[in-house]
Amino acid sequence: MPLLRVEDFSLGFRNGENMTAVTDRVGFEVRSGETFALVGESGCGKTVTCLGLLRLLPAASSSVLSGRALYRGRDLLRLTAGEMRSVRGAEIAMIFQEPSAALNPLMTLGAQLRLPFRHHRFDGDPETRIAELLRQVGFADPDRVLLSYPHELSGGMLQRALIAHALLLRPKLLLADEPTTALDVTVQAQVLELLAEIRRESGLSFVFITHNLNLVAQYADRVAVMYAGRIVEEAPVSAFLKNPRHPYSQGLLEALPRLDSDGQALRPIFGTVPSPEYYPKGCRFRDRCPKAFDRCVEDPVFTQVGQGHKVACHLYPS
Amino acid sequence: MKPLLSARNLSVHFPITGGLWKKTVGHVRAVRDVSLEIRSGEVAALVGESGCGKSTLGFSLLGLVPPTSGEIEFSGQAIDIRKPASWEPFRRDFQIVFQDPYTSLNPRLTVFELLSEPLQVHGLVPKSGLRAAATGLLRQVGLPPDALDRYPHAFSGGQRQRICIARALGLRPKLLICDEVVSALDVSVQAQIVNLLLELKKTHGLALLFITHDLSLVRSIADRVLVMYLGSIVESAPAAALFQSPRHPYTRALLDAIPTLDKSKRPKPLAGEIPSPSHPPPGCAFAGRCPRTLEKCRNEKPELMVGENGSVACFDPLPSP
Repeated sequence: MPLLRVEDFSLGFRNGENMTAVTDRVGFEVRSGETFALVGESGCGKTVTCLGLLRLLPAASSSVLSGRALYRGRDLLRLTAGEMRSVRGAEIAMIFQEPSAALNPLMTLGAQLRLPFRHHRFDGDPETRIAELLRQVGFADPDRVLLSYPHELSGGMLQRALIAHALLLRPKLLLADEPTTALDVTVQAQVLELLAEIRRESGLSFVFITHNLNLVAQYADRVAVMYAGRIVEEAPVSAFLKNPRHPYSQGLLEALPRLDSDGQALRPIFGTVPSPEYYPKGCRFRDRCPKAFDRCVEDPVFTQVGQGHKVACHLYPS
Repeated sequence: MKPLLSARNLSVHFPITGGLWKKTVGHVRAVRDVSLEIRSGEVAALVGESGCGKSTLGFSLLGLVPPTSGEIEFSGQAIDIRKPASWEPFRRDFQIVFQDPYTSLNPRLTVFELLSEPLQVHGLVPKSGLRAAATGLLRQVGLPPDALDRYPHAFSGGQRQRICIARALGLRPKLLICDEVVSALDVSVQAQIVNLLLELKKTHGLALLFITHDLSLVRSIADRVLVMYLGSIVESAPAAALFQSPRHPYTRALLDAIPTLDKSKRPKPLAGEIPSPSHPPPGCAFAGRCPRTLEKCRNEKPELMVGENGSVACFDPLPSP
């Protein structure tokens, strides 16, 4: 049984009187101990999907239009607020993109690292756990970190502290939303190696949100590609890299700048991602797709094209 | 032939003030003793991690941040770096496009006003011809003429960056400094803008100084690469040579940290943190993180030595092939 199984998940944002659907029947599974990558360009709905699953979106301006999110048999979307609070942080934790924005600038890191223990039951001594984790994420002197304010640490150090923070209560699932996008490459490698090591040691499952396919290739087991609020392809990473099926996935891989390119020109995808009010009918990629044909005005359905590999595109009729 | 732009021993220091009377208590040495040349029609890339001073260097070349010391020449003519006005005659030839297309366009001006303003300021086009000129610029960057009467908010990030490029192109500059022009954009759109710039280079003979942190992007566009670390240039070489066999250990570390699709090549993290630019170490700035550090490296700053195929500032550089 998967650890998390999301089915038909649609989220809507209210804009005055209107409700705009920002994700459309998103479905995926996260198995125990695996790293599952959710890939897409900005605005495709990958972050919103995660925030929606953790119920971190403001109820006044957003609502769940359909779907279920089964975490160990319980539907996250139907838990009471109190039940959700006991899951969030303790069972499922999240790391955010911008480390300096995710921390309170007026509190020391020590005070912020102690907060989770105020709201959750924990067997053991919080102080030992904090020190142990800070050492694990590479701080030689945890006491000094505890007394520091966020502005006194670099971006890489803050992100490592936030990883420690997310792991304090021994969660089973970690949602990492672009955890290294704000960091330099040399620090990025540091942080991702750390996450990979933690995963090997503790058997934690990851949902890794990113726009960087290079990182998917290096660190994920399975990948789902999102475009304009929908998942368009899902596959094991090795199969995906060898043989991407959806024209959007192919375009993304071809547009990647490469170190071994010998100065060749890049191959962009024509056009831009539409905003949610202007999603075309049928396949949402058809206006930019080099292979579009008349059937693309209809909604594509998923077709199985390989072991654990499925794609939503009319080029692959079921 | 004289280089289009040359800088010698350029430094930019920012004062750090403290206390009640805002006395100067130290300096951030953002750019330290940088010398560089850009030749007509070439694409030079200036790369480095955040905080290394690459943007400050780009700005100071154009006088947008006043240099503290050093010499700058445009097409062989020296600039008096103490007088902001001395850059003015060269403004038309040396243009810049900024990182964030969301903050570099005035939201209250239409695209037509944005594009025609520089043309009017420099008196290049009579009033009657402005509309035609602006339409022509839009065509060059691949935008439709009906964009003219819209405001920046109606465009996506990639389209806005095209508008910024069109505005700079209107003056027919000889050099365009591109400060992280694609880092705010998605991969699929990134490639569109890079290809546009290369196309313009070909058709207009434009020289580009491409400031970026993304080395894999540099591989696709640059003729020559300058690597910066803590305010100084540590290596400069033709792109092909630099990617094939970097000489400076820092360049090697940067290349090794980049993730690629090839899983057999795992990115290698670089230990340690970049030192503070307000207290740069006395020796090589990279000595604390370098796997090849010698005793000498900690005490003495290596000079940029010009070699056969590029230059490197290191006492013990990696062997050339």
